Amino acid sequence: MKKLAPWQIALCVAALVASVAFPLVVKGTFPNHVMIMVFLFAMMGVAWNIMGGYAAMFSFGNVAFFGIGAYTSTVLLMNYNVNPWIGLVAGGLLAAAAAAAIGYPCSNIRSHYFSIATIAFAEIVRIQFNNWKFVAAAEGLSLPILPEGFRNFMFHSTKIPYYYIILALLALSLVVCWYISVTRMGYYLRAIKESHELAKGMGISFVRYRLYAIMISAFITAMAGTFYAQYILYIDPESVLILPISVQCVLVTMLGGAGSIWGPVIGAAILLPISEVTRVWLGAKGTGIDMMIYGALIMLISAYQPQGVWGYITSIGRRTK
Amino acid sequence: MSASPCLEVRGITKRFGGLTANEDVSFDVAEGEILSIIGPNGAGKSTLFNCITGFYPPDGGKVLFRGKDITGASAHKICKMGIVRTFQIVQVISDMTVLENVMTGAFLRTYNNRQVRAKAEEILRFAGLYEKRDFLGTAITIADKKRLEVAMALGTEPKLLMLDEAMAGLTPVELKGIIGLLRKVRESGVTLIIVEHVMEAVMELSDRVVVINSGRKIVEGAPAAIVRNPEVIQAYLGDRYHA
Repeated sequence: MKKLAPWQIALCVAALVASVAFPLVVKGTFPNHVMIMVFLFAMMGVAWNIMGGYAAMFSFGNVAFFGIGAYTSTVLLMNYNVNPWIGLVAGGLLAAAAAAAIGYPCSNIRSHYFSIATIAFAEIVRIQFNNWKFVAAAEGLSLPILPEGFRNFMFHSTKIPYYYIILALLALSLVVCWYISVTRMGYYLRAIKESHELAKGMGISFVRYRLYAIMISAFITAMAGTFYAQYILYIDPESVLILPISVQCVLVTMLGGAGSIWGPVIGAAILLPISEVTRVWLGAKGTGIDMMIYGALIMLISAYQPQGVWGYITSIGRRTK
Repeated sequence: MSASPCLEVRGITKRFGGLTANEDVSFDVAEGEILSIIGPNGAGKSTLFNCITGFYPPDGGKVLFRGKDITGASAHKICKMGIVRTFQIVQVISDMTVLENVMTGAFLRTYNNRQVRAKAEEILRFAGLYEKRDFLGTAITIADKKRLEVAMALGTEPKLLMLDEAMAGLTPVELKGIIGLLRKVRESGVTLIIVEHVMEAVMELSDRVVVINSGRKIVEGAPAAIVRNPEVIQAYLGDRYHA
């Protein structure tokens, strides 16, 4: 676990080369959009994984952090003319602060009660934003159209820069997750996942480490939120604060493999293309086919491979050893 | 024996509703000593453990560790001070290897990954688990899990190690092995308190024995004297066998 095996390094390099080369090889807006959504949700899955996968804090409220990120940078840009890159960090910090505020009173709440508390938190945030005149309530905010360029975090003629930005943000999140997993915090979160009693007995302050986990998770999720706002250029509570986004964070991670570094990426690479393609083909008909395919996939995974796709891959590796 | 004892327990009382699990329990543990706490099931041994290690706040009484009042401090802080405990039901981290389990304990004293790993490997050699370091925590035998629990506890560099039934359900050979390990632990300078039902181990290991029945301490003394004590026999076997 400490050192990456050669095949894992090879896989990382291959994945990186493929992701960097993708927009140069595959032309067209839609494939690029799908990949952007894959990376966006992979990033949010990575963030969710830090708390849900490593420490068994099953949050169903991460969308609140996503929304806080999206709204913070947008409001800063519209009202105070603050550069979105600064908004990106500000959103992260604000979300981390919100996470601390909700995480501290919840630090003793376990398993499904924690999930319920996070749902409640996210719903409170959604309802608040839906009625909050300062952020245009349910009308939502349209971002001002600025000249395109990296400086303004805005591009109109092509999606390719967005592609590379979200790829870089995802890579950053993966590095953070990897770093956590090989240092003390990763060990401590896994101990907390096993049992609070055991963790306490080994001198681990689970209140503190759970708080760290939720704050880091919130920071990364909020960065994804800012990216989304800059990408779509319009946000409202019904697009950036709804429960299905939280659920998606959980799904990509559980499908790919919770508690592993690559799990959320694999999960997103499977789920998001299905989601986007079925949405475009079938979504407008209101049949909910995409959700049915999701449902079926999740049932199959939880019945036959609860460790997720990554768990399946590593179990093959273990068996052949 | 040094001037000040390693641990002083003074009048610990713990109630759960109408049930008094511990009532006015007091004893001392000297540095480097092995003290056993015995008593019938439900006597309040585990509750006492929990009160000492910060898992339960006691309703009355005091716990002093090396002269310092630690009563009611939180469990992880008590561990950091140097008191570590294991659990009656074996607890290891199931998705970690044996080595990683011990590393988790060793991270208490340093952030440095390399030092932690080196220390964990050293402890595993000490505990006779080095060959199994890459096995998952769930993939080893009960006897090895009990050794692993001790190894994890040693990772936190304790001054006082408290074992809650570390020897239950072992074969005679396994029992010998763990008794040997605990002797080595004591020789390395760690004080031990063991809660145990396995009398063979209690007799062999302990310097002193504290007997608890219905939440109260009934006797305290050398192991050989304890087993002949009429009150102890009565507590274990009932009135009919009372001499």
